[in-house]
Amino acid sequence: MSDVKRRLLLKATLASGAIGVAVGAGLLRPRVVLAAWPEQAFQAKSVSDALKGLYESDAAVESADIKLKAPDIAENGAVVPVEVSTSLDNVKSIGIVIEKNGRPLAADFQLTDRFAGKVSTRVKVAESSKVMAVVESGGKLYSAAKEVKVTIGGCGG
Amino acid sequence: MADKDVKIRAQHKGDVTEVKALMSHPMETGNRKDQKTGEVIPEHYITEVNCQHSGETVLTAFWGPSVSKNPYLSFEFKGAQPGDTVTISWVDNKGETGTGEATIK
Repeated sequence: MSDVKRRLLLKATLASGAIGVAVGAGLLRPRVVLAAWPEQAFQAKSVSDALKGLYESDAAVESADIKLKAPDIAENGAVVPVEVSTSLDNVKSIGIVIEKNGRPLAADFQLTDRFAGKVSTRVKVAESSKVMAVVESGGKLYSAAKEVKVTIGGCGG
Repeated sequence: MADKDVKIRAQHKGDVTEVKALMSHPMETGNRKDQKTGEVIPEHYITEVNCQHSGETVLTAFWGPSVSKNPYLSFEFKGAQPGDTVTISWVDNKGETGTGEATIK
């Protein structure tokens, strides 16, 4: 175990100890304190449930300040590049949702004030589907969407 | 539980740093079957990726199985200088981990 890791582990242990006390005292709700992997959102079967799992609301307003870059036609649904860039201020998180996937939520990026407006990854798209980027900014949800046509599916190989 | 490598490139442009990272992971959805045995291959995917600049978290990614095999992640952040260190580490649903480090160019 490297020094850095030991430090991280120590930090994590101390932090969770303090949080445990706070939660035990009923001061704070766990979801707010420690951003843990949002299982409910990732297991959700619909876009609406996935968003509610992440933000407790699915009311996202379409915004021209979000650019979602993805191919019109994906030859291989197993590897579809998706890039989200936004000029919105105070971006807290960005979610990538694929409407027709069995479990639509693909990724949820938790950001800080040092985020410079762009994030990208590659996702699986099972069949032709709407791909959505949801941006949480200033306590509100904004979205952008794009239709991606898939010629070979991303699931089932 | 071997710690796997994350390949990272971090480049300073203007006042932002662009990070590109490649992880090596099967990202199994749990929907696929082994072609020989016909048995379902269990879910196995990265759930959390933590990106740090000089020890401070700049981005945390929560992922589900819809992220592609051998995941690629790229993002831009502010406030770093060439020569600083970017560290990326991940953990998957089986508790396996991976980490990598790069110097900003």
